[in-house]
Amino acid sequence: MSEREQSYVEALREAASQEMERDPSVVCFGLDVDDPKAIQGTTRGLVERFGPERVFGTPLAEDAMTGVAIGMALAGLRPIHVHIRMDFLLLAMNQLINIAAKSHYMYGGHVHVPIVVRSMIGKSWGQGAQHSQGLYAFFMHVPGIKVAAPTNPHDAKGCLVAAIRDDNPVMLVEHRLLYPHVGPVPEALYEVRPGRARVVAPGSDVTLVGISHTLVECLQARTHLAEHGISAEVIDPIWLSPLDIDTIAASVAKTGRLVAVDNGWTTCGASAEIVARVVERLQGTRELRVHRMGFAPTTCPPTPHLEALYYANARTIAAAANNLVEGRDTGWLPDERPGASEITFRGPF
Amino acid sequence: MADLDRIYRLLFRIRRVEEEIARVYPTDVIKSPVHLSIGQESVSVGLCEALRPEDAAFGTYRSHALYLAKGGDLRGMIAELYGKATGCAGGKGGSMHMIDIAAGVFGSSAVVGTTIPHAVGFAYALKLRREARVVACVFGDGAVDEGVFYESLNFAALKRLPVLFLCENNGYAIHTHQRLRQNVPDICARVTALGIPSERIEDGDVLRIAERAGAATDALRGGESGPVFIECMTYRWKEHVGPGDDWNLGYRERIEAEEWIRSDQVARLATKIDPAARVRIEREVEAEIADAFAFAERSPFPEPEALHTQVFRESP
Repeated sequence: MSEREQSYVEALREAASQEMERDPSVVCFGLDVDDPKAIQGTTRGLVERFGPERVFGTPLAEDAMTGVAIGMALAGLRPIHVHIRMDFLLLAMNQLINIAAKSHYMYGGHVHVPIVVRSMIGKSWGQGAQHSQGLYAFFMHVPGIKVAAPTNPHDAKGCLVAAIRDDNPVMLVEHRLLYPHVGPVPEALYEVRPGRARVVAPGSDVTLVGISHTLVECLQARTHLAEHGISAEVIDPIWLSPLDIDTIAASVAKTGRLVAVDNGWTTCGASAEIVARVVERLQGTRELRVHRMGFAPTTCPPTPHLEALYYANARTIAAAANNLVEGRDTGWLPDERPGASEITFRGPF
Repeated sequence: MADLDRIYRLLFRIRRVEEEIARVYPTDVIKSPVHLSIGQESVSVGLCEALRPEDAAFGTYRSHALYLAKGGDLRGMIAELYGKATGCAGGKGGSMHMIDIAAGVFGSSAVVGTTIPHAVGFAYALKLRREARVVACVFGDGAVDEGVFYESLNFAALKRLPVLFLCENNGYAIHTHQRLRQNVPDICARVTALGIPSERIEDGDVLRIAERAGAATDALRGGESGPVFIECMTYRWKEHVGPGDDWNLGYRERIEAEEWIRSDQVARLATKIDPAARVRIEREVEAEIADAFAFAERSPFPEPEALHTQVFRESP
């Protein structure tokens, strides 16, 4: 029997729908969750199925609505709060950092805050300065809050289910370009539990860790490298907090070389954290070479000619990995191939 | 008919707890900021006369009065100030994060305005489950400066949620008067514009506050009234934070306080009850306070392991 396949969008929608069916305390709200576009389809049909008390669009009030989610959680609900761009979370940071992350500790364990905050990172078609930011490192920095960045439909469903069932605040960070991706998704409910990374493709010369959408680029880079005679192991952390450093360090113990690729800036970013923890673990045990990649240290430009230079891509990742393996700047860059870019997204929304 | 003995007990108890905190504070047994409620007791006591144990209350960093009026455990409160393991938050909250779930005290925040939407979300859950409980949301005039205040009240009104919003207006955000912060000083007018019925109680009269809060909660329990807003004018006698006076700072005049001190609700209620009952109540309260401080004194500090526990809740 062939495995059932779904898109990332369908997987997210099914996870929410099945969990809301299973648990009447789950509610889902946010700007536009009940509008005709339904967060790119990820919330489509929920209001018809579960009614406008459990599924509703909100005023443009990210700060208060995040606090409302916390209050609901204190009263025993399990809210899913959806944001159509991660950039908008900056309006909710007080509630997320000062309250959601701290309440269980600060109130001596007497309360807990089981909220799920879904947000989407944009890329391409002129997303620009305020629709493109991958800010998960902000949340990784703070104890008391978990962060997932699933990269395929299977993990999108499993991470959302795990997040809903978790008794702590969980940030589910989605990438717009992953939404149309199709892959195997079991119909029965399952969890992709926090703190477990996955080796997506084996290799022996260099370890590529790809966060969020950069995992797709890392897999393409692995193909470039294979054609160049280099064997790359690709790891998907899935959960950034808690981070499964064991799996990553085990790979680097084998390869001795690590390229951590982020869908965010490198300074104080997820890639910096991964590199630091691997080096802390492995230093002195063998020779190590490490490299971080991520957004250029600028603001994201909307014009495609500059935007193309802003992100790490399969070719630049392959080039960096090759340089690590060679131990020098070789100048090698894979040939550009028509059709190799998987970015098919067209706007306007 | 209001139970004056009970109201006096609550007022006197809060006043004396705060005075005792102020008395011991210079010995440094309390290594925590304290924002004392002295002078503002009647607001929380009047409000809580209208609340039932199962109702929820959310407060501010100046919430000792609300915590006690709502029925929060006194031993747990004092032990929390002392940083002891037996504190209401195990020594991890401190004065600004008092909590007693059994009494319906759902916490307070050091960040002004932050708990307002929590009350709204809590009320949303109650309405969703068709429960007849209500939520009291207490904040100061400073919180009315914050954007989250308007966002929260708008949503509560939109969804007709069972929240009693109570603004405890003591005139100052730390040391800055309301008139230096708000272009339209009439807070009730602004709240009315959001579609929420509002009223102001000017004199801090505990019985009037209890009566008006009771009318509000009666309507809220009916399920369809939508939120209600009450602004209670009051006055903080002590400094913003700490046990002392601050008339020397020059940001306010002592004459401003005198009217409030003359109409002190603790003293006023003391004259309204039977003298013998008063003696008995005061004796019992003093014994209870002495017990609570002794409990805090003899309680252990948290074990070092507690530093790392309760960062996350482990799912069962």
